[in-house]
Amino acid sequence: MSDSVTTSSESSSLTVAMIGNPNTGKSTLFNALCGGQARVGNFPGVTVEKKVGQYRFKDRDITLIDLPGTYSLSPRSADEMVSVDVLLGRQDDIPKPQAIVCIVDSSNLERNLYVFSQIRDLNLPTILVLNMWDLAKTRGITIDVNELRKKLGVTVVTTSAHRQDGIEAVSEAILQVIENEVTPPPRLFPDAFYSEVEKLSAWLVEHGEEPAHFYLHERMLLDVRGASEEATNKKNTQQLKEYLGEARLRLAAEGCRIPAIETKLRYNWIREQLDGVMVRPASDHQLSTSDRIDKIVTHRFAGVLIFALLMFLVFQAIYTWSGPFMDVVEGGQNIISATVESWIPPGTLRSLLVDGLIAGVGSVIIFLPQIVMLFAFIAIMEDCGYMARAAFLMDKLMTRIGLSGKSFLPLMSSFACAIPGVMATRVIENRRDRMVTMLVAPLMSCSARLPVYLLMIYTFIPATFIFGWLPLQGTVLFSMYALGTLIAIPVAWILKKTFFKGETPPFVMELPPYKWPSPRIVFDRVYDRAKAFLVRAGTLIFSVTVLVWALSYFPSDHTELYKISTQMESMEVTTPADQETLDQLSAQHNLLAGKLIRESYLGRMGVAIEPVVKPLGWDWRIGIGALASFPAREVVIATLGTIFSLGGDVDEENPGLRSTLAAATWPDGRPLFTIPVAFSIMVFFALCAQCGATLMVIRRETNSWRWPIFTFAYMTTLAYVAAFLTYQIGTTIGG
Amino acid sequence: MKTLADLKQIGDQARILEVHGDDGVAIRLMEMGLTEDEEIELIGFAPLGDPIEYSIRGYRISLRATEAARVEVSDS
Repeated sequence: MSDSVTTSSESSSLTVAMIGNPNTGKSTLFNALCGGQARVGNFPGVTVEKKVGQYRFKDRDITLIDLPGTYSLSPRSADEMVSVDVLLGRQDDIPKPQAIVCIVDSSNLERNLYVFSQIRDLNLPTILVLNMWDLAKTRGITIDVNELRKKLGVTVVTTSAHRQDGIEAVSEAILQVIENEVTPPPRLFPDAFYSEVEKLSAWLVEHGEEPAHFYLHERMLLDVRGASEEATNKKNTQQLKEYLGEARLRLAAEGCRIPAIETKLRYNWIREQLDGVMVRPASDHQLSTSDRIDKIVTHRFAGVLIFALLMFLVFQAIYTWSGPFMDVVEGGQNIISATVESWIPPGTLRSLLVDGLIAGVGSVIIFLPQIVMLFAFIAIMEDCGYMARAAFLMDKLMTRIGLSGKSFLPLMSSFACAIPGVMATRVIENRRDRMVTMLVAPLMSCSARLPVYLLMIYTFIPATFIFGWLPLQGTVLFSMYALGTLIAIPVAWILKKTFFKGETPPFVMELPPYKWPSPRIVFDRVYDRAKAFLVRAGTLIFSVTVLVWALSYFPSDHTELYKISTQMESMEVTTPADQETLDQLSAQHNLLAGKLIRESYLGRMGVAIEPVVKPLGWDWRIGIGALASFPAREVVIATLGTIFSLGGDVDEENPGLRSTLAAATWPDGRPLFTIPVAFSIMVFFALCAQCGATLMVIRRETNSWRWPIFTFAYMTTLAYVAAFLTYQIGTTIGG
Repeated sequence: MKTLADLKQIGDQARILEVHGDDGVAIRLMEMGLTEDEEIELIGFAPLGDPIEYSIRGYRISLRATEAARVEVSDS
């Protein structure tokens, strides 16, 4: 659906808001209605995702707004206030919704209707969608829909969104409900409450405040320290606070105790509505199948074992199984590069195409296999109900480092790659926990750091044994992995005490009954994540790659290099003498390539920062290597290869590179690489934010440049200080 | 004062008297259906004894021990 269609027929366009508890299949229904056409952005000023979809039904354009899943419509923070603002038409960038679709889980109706009862108080055209209708049926729950419709006074539709059942009925109901008159909401509270609301409205007008929706006035009275106060009142904040305190005391004297009264009355009302309407199977006090599965899955030993096996599987999938797919991506990239090289002679255009554009696209797609694998696992675990149990199992452990059980999976995934790890923080509903997890995730030692560790360890760490049995090389490797993890603990602690202060978020979590995962939901979620990564983060990652190509290419004069390349490519090797000429040319080529990178902007920067990296024990060559690795740390090996004039096609196992590094010296003849230098390089790479893609994904997930910049700054500082200490202490002890 | 955290035997049931406090945790607990006079049942513990799984209003909920201690109950 194009934008031009919707703007030209704005008058007949309908705005509909969707709201409901988490895990009710809201996004599945949203996708089913809009056919996957959605624009994702942020509400201005807050970290709340705005998902807007458009579709056409019976000649009407319908704009669907997906509000974040919530258990309640009582705004306690600015983030939660957004949903109320959208529903009441107080959000500037969105027209006031003409109808609300409230989606609930039919198999858990009682608790799901809580937010519905609050939505009713808005007095807007509302449709109640009983989703997961098939599941309720298989669980033996019967609901008399006609009776429920009569009692609630709203349109009720049943759907099984993951099977596409009842989708059209929702659209029908939307068109219908806007024509009907709204049945006024039930008066749940005692009269004393409503007269206090009226008094409050009068008080606000008297004090020169803009009159707001009565729902907001109700909320002001009901939410102690709530967000509706600040959102609607600009002038008399202190006075209002005092007034509300007094009003609540008056209400308490009448037996209307806030906040307990609201939940009590609403739940009583829900019970009344469901009485005679919903019948559950009588087995509520016996163990259900789900409970029996739970007995094993959360068992002290069996449960932990199952969890460990599953996590091992997830880790294998992203660390090992995605390997062949990544090879395919790399292979494809090589074939395309080779094709381009056969068409275009060596020159700036070829370098731009091959080393800039194609490499840039490749650097984005290369992450797809890991992202798809991890999100397939996450989607399956979430949809079958295991995810909540995983958080349940790990919570105690994770609270010791100041996070919650839900942080475990994203952090573990980050050992393979921080990009899917950062994206996986979406499973954490609490904003503070999610942000802290996201910001420490890049400290986990990802697979791209391994080549650096291996190069340094095999070249400089002797293959001896500590205490005669513990291999030194393996121990050093392990300590590099442990380093990031251990540093993450104080970093998380500091973040919680500074940027993300506040009371410990509640870990009140629903443990949904187990069910078979729906292939459609799993597919949708994987597709959604992969697309989000390619479109939103991909463009940024691509741009960074091209930018770094330009920095390492210009302004050096490559004419000589291309002459040699052309000569090499046109040569036919038939005799040993030819081979010798080719080897000579190749050596000349590598020498020249090393010189050119030194002369490039990147090289000049590397030379300029030598005084900065000298305290780490590095010379300008290592400096350039580190600098060139900021977009992607794995390129350090190729960069070192180029700088040390071995060509860019070396890997960490290349004996030539190892011997060259081992023989490298300072101008005065001292060896460049000593053991403290090798350690300072490893420590730097372990802690530094040398991954443009991760930073761009953080940018995308937080919708702000502030957090990627912050992550970059804190990790680079940390890396520098730690490498400095490593080198200085190492030299003192060793020297 | 007896609280939810005092339930130790799996299958133990209790009746909720009051959720103490008016902060975010207390309100979330009430919104999730832990209201006065409601029956609640202990389903199980996580391997380290915390969090704890309960059954209320026909669904399963997990609370940390510190949160459960905010909920005053009487024997039912």
